[in-house]
Amino acid sequence: MRRLAIAAALVALATLPFWVGNTYYINIASQILLYAVFALGLNVLVGYAGLVSLGHAGLFGIAAYAGALLVNSGAGHFAAIAGALTVTVVAAAMFAVLALRGTGLGFVMITVALGQIVWGVAYRWISITNGDNGVSLTTRPRPFGLSLATAPGFYWATLIVFLVTIAAIAVFVASPFGASLHGSRDQPRRMNALGYNVWMIRFVAFLFSGLWSGVAGMLFLYYNQFVSPQVVALTSSAEVLLMVISGGTATLLGPIAGAALVVIMKNVASAYIERWNFVLGAIFVVIVIFMPEGLVPGSVRLWRWATARLRPPQRVAPAARARAAGE
Amino acid sequence: MNISLLLAGNSIAFGGLLFLLSAGFSLIFGLMRIPNLTHGSLFMLGAYFGVSLIAAGLSFWPAAILAGLGVAAFGSIVERLLLRRLPGNELAQVLVTLGLSFMIADVCLMHWGGDPISIETPPNLRGFSRVAGQAFPTFRLAIIVIAVFVATALWGLMDRTRLGAMIRAGVDDPAMARVVGIRVSLLFTIVFSLGAGLAGFAGVIGGPILSVYPGLDQDMLPLALVVVILGGSGSLVGSFVGSFVVGFLYNFGQAMLPELAYVVLFLPMLIVLVLRPQGLFGRATP
Repeated sequence: MRRLAIAAALVALATLPFWVGNTYYINIASQILLYAVFALGLNVLVGYAGLVSLGHAGLFGIAAYAGALLVNSGAGHFAAIAGALTVTVVAAAMFAVLALRGTGLGFVMITVALGQIVWGVAYRWISITNGDNGVSLTTRPRPFGLSLATAPGFYWATLIVFLVTIAAIAVFVASPFGASLHGSRDQPRRMNALGYNVWMIRFVAFLFSGLWSGVAGMLFLYYNQFVSPQVVALTSSAEVLLMVISGGTATLLGPIAGAALVVIMKNVASAYIERWNFVLGAIFVVIVIFMPEGLVPGSVRLWRWATARLRPPQRVAPAARARAAGE
Repeated sequence: MNISLLLAGNSIAFGGLLFLLSAGFSLIFGLMRIPNLTHGSLFMLGAYFGVSLIAAGLSFWPAAILAGLGVAAFGSIVERLLLRRLPGNELAQVLVTLGLSFMIADVCLMHWGGDPISIETPPNLRGFSRVAGQAFPTFRLAIIVIAVFVATALWGLMDRTRLGAMIRAGVDDPAMARVVGIRVSLLFTIVFSLGAGLAGFAGVIGGPILSVYPGLDQDMLPLALVVVILGGSGSLVGSFVGSFVVGFLYNFGQAMLPELAYVVLFLPMLIVLVLRPQGLFGRATP
């Protein structure tokens, strides 16, 4: 049953350009996939390691800027991608060394500050980053002679990267290392007593998370063929965190659902209202106050609660008891 | 006129302004363990309130104080309605305050527009005064005086009054404080609105120097963060010293390395994090 569902989802995703047709919607699908890669990468830290980062747009942006600058200085696309990902992982290592000086709240604060540094450099270091005007790319890569210039071509490339990401993260989480990461989230002191190097586990998780954020950053760069300081602003870090949290942390599907939700909301909302930031903020507040466990499980719980309130109480009680007995 | 002396003077004044902003942030963070990411927005909100009050015919100082009170009232509502529901849940508090800061920024953009608005320096503080043989802008001098006054008052409040003792008790052991009859929830509202009010007041005071524009919140919040990480959370001395360190770095960095001013600003924070994670004056957490 589960395999059937996965196979059906794969077929639906692979054939999406045929049954969607419209370029606009294919592009939205590409955006969802690229942000899903980003959210999955962040979820390694937020969900599985229990470390909330509000500076991941910095890593995402470092990859995009590094890629754009490398391509514009004459490097080939393959070399630029390899170079950009290397730069991102090195940056993630620096982020991790600093941010892991704190845990919990300290970690959040330090990642905010680090993200703001990246923003400051992108915005102010005009001779390299071109400041507010950003950096443009004129071409997309042509792997194996296939053109990514069209919307379906780019969609399929993004889909492949997306599937690789899911597979890599699924393997990572299910591995013994993933189990030790889980342990370092729930019982850091006990893990320490058992002889695990909790700091090193978190450090490796940070690098892994940073790598996928960099991959997403490269996808973003090739999708937009443009990168500007807006990409590394705190709002972007908050958006991707919203994707992770709204879908439900520490799951594989949650960040994907969250990415779909935010991208669709953003495109739909911006078609009708200018005030996307207000909507984003309001969603944040509503989710945290009313559905702290994530949007999907949260709506199910609220729905049950609402329907239980509407039904007469004497009929609900046996049903609830039966459900409790069944579980 | 010696340029670096002028810069030093401006740095001290900016440090004073930062202290008004970050003292509240530090108190809220250190005492209530709430990472208040709306703090930059409260600063900006105060500045915009000041703009409207001055436009309505008030003079500078009453407008600044009224704006501070307005932001304090707003802060107490936020604390009562939102943060109160999330005790001890720091991640949720981060997200709610972040969401709220986006909403505030957007509402300000809607109501006051996207153009920078400058607040005029009050007439009796225009021009220069002589301090130790050096000419110095009078208004910036006034900021320094206000910052020192507020620092002394806050220190007196926390260290010398019954309210301060109650706040410290509520922080160290909220359950025991409740048992001996202290209304801890009321204390937290007081601390939060005090911090918010200081930030709003600072927004108006900073208006003649910084002017008010969309994005001011995002500019000020990292500065407050750096001050608190440098000085140590909950430490008044820490935020006082940290504010002036950041003030100097910000002004000298912008004058000497304008493209890298932001990096210069954050470097000492990184050094402190590596060598002394609890901050210069912070207590090590057990």
